[in-house]
Amino acid sequence: MRDSWEIRLGGSGGQGLITGGIILAEAAILEGKQAVQSQSYGPESRGGSSKAEVIISKESIDYMKVRAADLLLVMSPEAAKKYVDDVKEEGIIILDSTYVKDCEPKKGKVYKVDISRIARQDVGREVVANIVALGVIVGLTGVVSREALEKAILARVPKGTEEMNKKALAAGFQAIKSAVSAA
Amino acid sequence: MNVTSINARLMQGNQACAEGAIYAGARFYAGYPITPSTEIAEVLAERLPQVGGKFIQMEDEIASMAAIVGASLTGAKSMTATSGPGFSLKQENLGYAVLSEVPCVVVNVQRLGPSTGGPTAPSQGDIMQARWGTHGDHPIIAVSPSSVQECFELTVKAFNLSERFRIPVLMMLDEVIGHMRERIVIPAPGELDIFERKTPEVAPSQYVPYEPQDDSLVPPMANFGEGYRYHVTGLLHDDTGFPSNSPAVMGAHQDRLHEKIRRGLNEIIMVEEAETEDADVLLVAFGCMARSAARAVKEARAKGQKVGMLRLITIWPFPEEALRQLAEKVKAIIVPEMNLGQVVDVVKSAVEGKVPVYGICQADGEIIPPERILEKIEEVL
Amino acid sequence: MFAEIEQYFRTERLPHIWCPGCTNGIIVKSIVEAIQKAGLDQDKTVIVSGIGCSSRATGYLNFNTLHTTHGRALAFATGVKLANPELNVFVITGDGDCTSIGGNHFIHSARRNMDLNVILFNNNIYGMTGGQYSPMSPSGAKATTAPYGNIERPFDICNLAIASGATYVARGNSFNTRQLTDIIYNGIANKGFSFVEAIASCPVYYGRKNKLGNAADMLKWQRDNCITKEAADRLPPEKKQGKIVTGILHHEPAPEYTTEYQKIIDKFQGGEES
Repeated sequence: MRDSWEIRLGGSGGQGLITGGIILAEAAILEGKQAVQSQSYGPESRGGSSKAEVIISKESIDYMKVRAADLLLVMSPEAAKKYVDDVKEEGIIILDSTYVKDCEPKKGKVYKVDISRIARQDVGREVVANIVALGVIVGLTGVVSREALEKAILARVPKGTEEMNKKALAAGFQAIKSAVSAA
Repeated sequence: MNVTSINARLMQGNQACAEGAIYAGARFYAGYPITPSTEIAEVLAERLPQVGGKFIQMEDEIASMAAIVGASLTGAKSMTATSGPGFSLKQENLGYAVLSEVPCVVVNVQRLGPSTGGPTAPSQGDIMQARWGTHGDHPIIAVSPSSVQECFELTVKAFNLSERFRIPVLMMLDEVIGHMRERIVIPAPGELDIFERKTPEVAPSQYVPYEPQDDSLVPPMANFGEGYRYHVTGLLHDDTGFPSNSPAVMGAHQDRLHEKIRRGLNEIIMVEEAETEDADVLLVAFGCMARSAARAVKEARAKGQKVGMLRLITIWPFPEEALRQLAEKVKAIIVPEMNLGQVVDVVKSAVEGKVPVYGICQADGEIIPPERILEKIEEVL
Repeated sequence: MFAEIEQYFRTERLPHIWCPGCTNGIIVKSIVEAIQKAGLDQDKTVIVSGIGCSSRATGYLNFNTLHTTHGRALAFATGVKLANPELNVFVITGDGDCTSIGGNHFIHSARRNMDLNVILFNNNIYGMTGGQYSPMSPSGAKATTAPYGNIERPFDICNLAIASGATYVARGNSFNTRQLTDIIYNGIANKGFSFVEAIASCPVYYGRKNKLGNAADMLKWQRDNCITKEAADRLPPEKKQGKIVTGILHHEPAPEYTTEYQKIIDKFQGGEES
């Protein structure tokens, strides 16, 4: 793994991206790494635009905000428009193609994954789209180990939803595997 | 795995502040909901009864400040938390606590002002209010953490200073530090020093409540309900605690309040220096801005520019001495702060024209990024 | 007479600052007698006051006393009582202090029902600042800030206390001290928010401005214009017109705040997980 990842997760309120960011940071800490998670709140907790940022590093982290992202995940057209240019030249962009269409980023390596549809149809509930997304991110980058991620997810999700979340995670890993081999 | 890594976890700054209070022995919290400090109240509403402490949501900010002073007089380490508009309302009874020398900790998670301003927008705009918010001449202690770990540890320290010097201590967070989550290692019990307030050693009949017993000029404090019947007032008073309008008594009271803090400066002043040994340019920063400045130092050094930082952990009393010493060595000072010029003017006055001092001042609800500091460094070098 | 209650006073602080003819001292004596009658431990009793003439009483009383900021006595007292429910907590306040600047604390303290004993000294005026009208100055009354007569309507503070949820509400005056002592004593027995309005007279500012005669005349006025609740209950409405009803006006016990909080502690103390 590289020494440091600056990750930005953008979408709509209610898509669980802040929780996703927290889980990713917790997974990093479980592995003994440093992590900082910050967020911006829209006035609406549902439906407005939402952004979570996570920095994961082997070293201590000084500046806590993501400048140009190493990895950007966008799950809404508004977020795509807003954040797609703030990515490093060699950065990674993951588009949730369920909602983000007609977006052709000028830089970065782009992966289009049908994240929300997979959550809805393959796992059974769209509310776990954030967990599918974490599977996609970690499957692609290895920013944290799958074991640490699963542990962090299970510690955070409501009791009784563990199996569904595991299924969502597995679906995410599978989806990115297919996307990479198709590319 | 050793003990510390077992205790490592992701935590929000506001939560770390609340947990630090519990660790310090806080057993009373009164507050009023206000963004972006509310998590502190929420955590303590749940945590305090678990340790036998008390939480109360008061009818307003003024009452919250009053209630913690009342609680502290019974011996309970007490805290409240707020943000801009609430901090304005606290000023009345904050002054009361200063004058009557009742220990307490007041957290201000700074947001963009004035007035309702920007409730979720970070700011460092209450620095001067922390110093002079309540009326009249008065000393104050204000500290500002730059990390989640420090939210915890500095809250413990804030309680210690408050109990030690019998003065309210202001924890000046900002929205960035209060809301971000990062790795924290919760100290084991006993790992951090905890100071317990000095109580009288004499019998009640011999107790003179405001008479200092040593050079610290901080008198021992009796808890209400323990047989030491004495009077507490917001009027200037003599050592017995009873009011007086004699100029000699009123002047002496004011002088002692200031002098006890002056004598404690070695314990109170906390700063951190980074890369200052050979620095040509010194950044002076605090709170979340110290994180941006730390990155700027790193990137400037990578370009071969000699830049260092003085991080202010204690803001009031202002660390003038540390700054003066550095001013002897550097060629310029830059103060990046999320307000339109508060600390920068204090820095200017402290260095008395020895070196040029530049502010990077911004009050738009965004943290000032390292790029802007780096630009300024290019400009002054 | 004084010898029996002398232990409750800081005699070295006397004489007090109140003007000749002011009845604050009479009311303070009733408070002290009620404390004595209730057998409260002097070392476990805290008296809190705000700002104003009556609030200066704390300086003369031999307890842990807390003279706070204007209007805030109840909020300070709330902190004292909740932090240490073992303490008997009294609040001495005036009509300006309690019902104007402290009005919000008053209604919420009544609603919360913490075991506090509140005695409001109602002299219908701001005395300490020299005679301005208060929220309890009668309509038409003159004051330095109402030179043409007060056009505002006064609070019926006892009704406000009842409406806000106080579990014990009583009114007395400084003429009938036996009754006043009794209603304060009964308030101590109520485990909850107990409120007593004590009618005081201020001959120097309120009396002089409104041509009410000397101190004795003002006490006579209290005697002639107050009727007990028992008497009032027997009178037809037209005979009650303009009379001030005294005695216990309301007593309806309810769960007390610190007792309820202790139940939470008992249930959750030792729980580690946050």
